[in-house]
Amino acid sequence: MRLIAAMSGGVDSAVAAARAVEAGHEVIGVHLALSSNPQKYRSGARGCCTVEDSHDARRAADVVGIPFYIWDMAEEFHEGVVENFLSEYAAGRTPNPCLRCNEKIKFAAVLDRARAMGFDGVVTGHYATTKDGPMGKTLHRAIDNSKDQSYVLSVLTVEQIQGAIFPLGDTEKVDIRKEAAARGLSVANKPDSHDICFVPSGDNAGWLHDRLGSEVGPIVDQEGTIIGKHKGAYTYTIGQRKGLGLTVPTPDGSPRFVLKTQPKTNTVVVGAREDLAITKMYGENPVWCGPAVTSTPTQGFVQIRAHGQPLPCTYFYDGEKLIAHLESELLGLATGQAMVIYDDDRVVGSATVCETQA
Amino acid sequence: MAIYLDHAATTPMVDAAIAAMTAQMAQLGNPSSLHAPGRASRKAIEQARESLALHIGCVPSEIIFTASGTEANNTALKGLYWKGKSVGRNVIVISAIEHHAILDPAQWLAEHEGAEIVSIGVTSNGVLDFSQLEQLLKDRADEIAVISVMHSNNETGALQPITEIVALASAHSIPVHSDAVQSFKKVPLSFSTLGLTALSLSAHKIGGPLGIGILVLKRGLEIPALLHGGGQEREIRSGTLNAPAIVGCAAAADGDYPGEHVREMRNLLAQGIVHVIPDAYINGASETLPGIVNATFPGTESDTLLLLLDAQGIAASTGSACSAGVQRPSHVLLAMGHSDKSARSSLRFSLGSTTSTSDVTSVLNALPGVIERARAANLR
Ligand SMILES: Cc1ncc(COP(=O)(O)O)c(C=O)c1O
Repeated sequence: MRLIAAMSGGVDSAVAAARAVEAGHEVIGVHLALSSNPQKYRSGARGCCTVEDSHDARRAADVVGIPFYIWDMAEEFHEGVVENFLSEYAAGRTPNPCLRCNEKIKFAAVLDRARAMGFDGVVTGHYATTKDGPMGKTLHRAIDNSKDQSYVLSVLTVEQIQGAIFPLGDTEKVDIRKEAAARGLSVANKPDSHDICFVPSGDNAGWLHDRLGSEVGPIVDQEGTIIGKHKGAYTYTIGQRKGLGLTVPTPDGSPRFVLKTQPKTNTVVVGAREDLAITKMYGENPVWCGPAVTSTPTQGFVQIRAHGQPLPCTYFYDGEKLIAHLESELLGLATGQAMVIYDDDRVVGSATVCETQA
Repeated sequence: MAIYLDHAATTPMVDAAIAAMTAQMAQLGNPSSLHAPGRASRKAIEQARESLALHIGCVPSEIIFTASGTEANNTALKGLYWKGKSVGRNVIVISAIEHHAILDPAQWLAEHEGAEIVSIGVTSNGVLDFSQLEQLLKDRADEIAVISVMHSNNETGALQPITEIVALASAHSIPVHSDAVQSFKKVPLSFSTLGLTALSLSAHKIGGPLGIGILVLKRGLEIPALLHGGGQEREIRSGTLNAPAIVGCAAAADGDYPGEHVREMRNLLAQGIVHVIPDAYINGASETLPGIVNATFPGTESDTLLLLLDAQGIAASTGSACSAGVQRPSHVLLAMGHSDKSARSSLRFSLGSTTSTSDVTSVLNALPGVIERARAANLR
């Protein structure tokens, strides 16, 4: 096959490209420039947006022995990922930008462009696997559970999965580093990027403050009584207990937790721990990674965080929303997060949480 | 076989230059040393200087060797600016289509040294709008420290009216510098005939080695230096002289540039492009360098074109790339009135002595498929 390898400048994508070449594919390395001003989003050594990263990617391509290009995706990234991140927070939801980047950039803008140019697919260093079976090509978890990235890939359509190649899913991360060293890739020991790549130094709250302002607003209890003040509703996360600065104690002295944020009124609502508990979640804008979910309730698992636990559930699709009923209570789920459905290790699909119920 | 159509970026070294350079590398001696080995190195350099002076139309002492065309430009622009500023002139006049090796030092002088930059626009053909310059000199001649306009443009090949500029400027005693990096050996060029104050050249564009440039600076003129040290080149440029690169540069300049052949190939390519891609068009003036074709392919993006051409073994280029390697719309094409979009849909093919008819034919055969794919991939 003729493939485009998306090379971030990190160890994973470098090894992925090398493996694709070894598998006999014709590979061209591409680094995505995600900021029109390369130092703008982040100035550290890690992440996906620095000049140093593009240099590392280029050197990896040299070692692997493939042509290398930089594709300017700054506009697409800003519109599809950064602006979405801000508007989601401004609307009181908690977005996952890596998921959006896979959905809008890596397996949309890049894959579409690659296909139009006569390439068959895109190789990335994600930890996930695909399998060819009776359902066609399906998306599955990686062998290395601690590194599994199938969650952030759950926005890929069947069509996109067709063009996605994940050469690392069958290997443990430690072995990838060893392999990189053995292949002479200088990024073998480069630290992983954990933070959001466009937020410098991982200061999410500060970054949001700078862009969304920090308007003081009320903290209220469930009855609507004002019991405190906050500095910008979006810096609070559901289930947060510390840092609320509340001086009015509860009658029984039990702690208070953030239940929700209401950006329209700039209000943070707090309540008791048990008020956080939910058993039902509803997701909008579903994407199916294989056969579509139907209205027939089905046993499976739902995962609500990139490296969270899969929670046993019954799921179905009512024609509008993806709905999951949990077997046991879950404490604290913010809207905006992705609910990803698994059938054993296969990714069934995902949707954006828009509502929860006790 | 690879087809190299990026001669304006750098062109193959000629055999004579490789031979001269290799021989010189074996020669011991710091050219500034007084002993026999030092004198031998010095002699080789001075012979090269004299020989180069004949090709440039200057006297040997007007040649200052630098480490690049970029350094020659920086030395000239900053030096002439500081000299002018010391007598109360702080305006730098440049054209809107200068290479970054002029644009960026000018910008730096504006940000750090109190310069005011006046950028003269160009016509849609990419030639300096002379009337703008005339008007400026009528209004503000006594504020101008230096005028710097390139001899020919590296992206379109358009030749600039240097003779006229010098005539206009000399009436007001304003020094004129010209970046002739792309013109040297390709079109007639004489420092003395042009009457310039300063001129920049670079060896690797004429079949010489990388990393050696020339600043031609009018005899007797002193400007502040950028590099201080041993004072080797008229106290204007310090650093032990790079004897092998200098003799390599001189050997390359001794060679004959097959201008007629290159122009013939260029015309073949330019006519072929608009024939095989009917809505493509060629950018630039009627008076151009022999070897540059700048073409716009509507509905494409240049970085896609480069990838697809490269995959077929064809090396071309665009305008400028930033340090991270991201393609930016060419400031030259923008100055000629292109939109952001059409500037991003343009490519430069630059031909040289090794370019053959079969190279041109191969490119013309590859183009329709490449353009079709690139249009399909242009999803914005
Ligand atoms: C017009 C022009 N000026 C200056 C330069 C820079 O010369 P050098 O590569 O020797 O620094 C170039 C080469 O890219 C050029 O085309």
